Amino acid sequence: MRNTPNFDKSFTEGRALKSIILSTITVSCAILACIPLFSVLFMLIVRGGKRLSFELFYALPPTAFDTGGGFGNAIVGTLFMVGIAALIAVPFGIMAAIYLAEFGENSKLAEIARFCAKTMTGIPSILAGVLAYAAVVMVTGTYSAIAGGIALSILMIPTVMLTAEESIKMVPSIMREAAVGMGCTKTQVMWKVILPVAMPGMITGVMLAIARASGETAPLLFTALFSDYWIFQGGAGDIMEPTASLAVLIYNFSGMPFENQIELAWAASLVLVTMVFIINILSRMLFQKKK
Amino acid sequence: MTSAQTTTTTDDVVIDCKVDKIFYGDFLAVRDSKVPIYKNKITGFIGPSGCGKSTVLKSINRMNDLVRIFRFEGNIHFEGQDLYGATVDPVSVRRNIGMVFQQPNPFSMSIYENVAFGLRLNRYKGNYDARVEEALRGAALWKEVKDKLQNNGMSLSGGQQQRLCIARAIATKPPVLLMDEPCSALDPIATRQVEELMIGLKSEYTVVIVTHNMQQAQRVADKTAFFSVDISKGGRTGYLVEMNDTGKLFENPKEQLTREYLSGEFS
Repeated sequence: MRNTPNFDKSFTEGRALKSIILSTITVSCAILACIPLFSVLFMLIVRGGKRLSFELFYALPPTAFDTGGGFGNAIVGTLFMVGIAALIAVPFGIMAAIYLAEFGENSKLAEIARFCAKTMTGIPSILAGVLAYAAVVMVTGTYSAIAGGIALSILMIPTVMLTAEESIKMVPSIMREAAVGMGCTKTQVMWKVILPVAMPGMITGVMLAIARASGETAPLLFTALFSDYWIFQGGAGDIMEPTASLAVLIYNFSGMPFENQIELAWAASLVLVTMVFIINILSRMLFQKKK
Repeated sequence: MTSAQTTTTTDDVVIDCKVDKIFYGDFLAVRDSKVPIYKNKITGFIGPSGCGKSTVLKSINRMNDLVRIFRFEGNIHFEGQDLYGATVDPVSVRRNIGMVFQQPNPFSMSIYENVAFGLRLNRYKGNYDARVEEALRGAALWKEVKDKLQNNGMSLSGGQQQRLCIARAIATKPPVLLMDEPCSALDPIATRQVEELMIGLKSEYTVVIVTHNMQQAQRVADKTAFFSVDISKGGRTGYLVEMNDTGKLFENPKEQLTREYLSGEFS
């Protein structure tokens, strides 16, 4: 004989209990993961927020016992060097990704390049600075924005390349077939069909790389150093002069025994995080619009 | 181009397809199949799975070149030129022989741009709007999309997408259109629409269609080629069993194998 099955919910049964406990643990872990970011943000807003003013954006950094001041030159310096880095890393990374995804997919060269890029994403950023120091600073004989941009581009290329490769591979193969069937050459398939579809994903990768590079300090310490003046104040030749950046300013000022500088370091941190935040949001918006 | 083509029976043959052997690596996929494609007719390829009918079809516009280990022995003459000749650029072949695939595969761009794609590719200099409309009308899709030409082609339903792909293929007016099971991903209503469309296209185009569906072959094809699989030598090699006018092939097949397949004794 068969008993009528009982469909009622039971919380005393072992598997139901186990399920509840495990679900609770996963939820708590997810919440825990948010805590560091929120506490950092909280600290930045509390400590950096009170110093927020327009002066920060147009004034130069103060000297030791000065009051006031800002870090306009560091904001410009960061934007400029990240711009140089992006100019190098984006075309480079995307071209390499096209090779990896389409032309040399299973070749030895692709395998090696992919392995190198993956390793590079995990390499300490200070090494990028050391490399650029040896390759650019020692050769040109000066710390410069160019050297800083190159150091940052070394950090950006692997991210750009790997995310672009993924985005290209995500394009459905039936679309590729359609393009070939229409009589596209390999290059036309790439430019007319695949890249437009892969674009949102590639832009996200680029934005992430830019966001990461904007906050890097170590590579700039060896390459761009710092400057108390505006870049290009002395003309275009300033591109080969030491250049200020937010990250290095924070590093320098936070170690000083002066209240004014420490406050500025907090405010600069807040500005930097906000910049990164805006970049991330922009990249998300771009991605969703295209979808 | 020589006018004295002695190789086939009639002048109506637009593509004279003679496959000796098609290999994928060491694997012999198709052997000894002579399939003439007649002008302004619909030629249907039928046969069980793995009989090589799609392989032969994709050899005609050299789509198989995408498969690195593909090797073709034989020749396919298109109006006298060997498509596998040493100097032939597969890209030019594909621009002249359109293809519609099993899965509807519109590009992720507007309906208009999908249809205009081939025109732009061929640097067409005339009136794009007119050609796009003509192609969409030809694909029986114009009425449904004329007010939303800027919408993404992928937002259409499956049947509409497939007709969009047909519009895209005929926009450049290729003399020959290859269709690889174009209805297998469609519902019966969409299938009917695409079939009616094919019959309508016949006056201007030569159509070759691969189908799993024998009724479909009977409904649309003028000529039918029946392929089968030879497993006698341990491999799975497809070959042409017989080809004839569709009516004759279905009513009175010459080969025992065709008779068995058509009566559903194997599939």
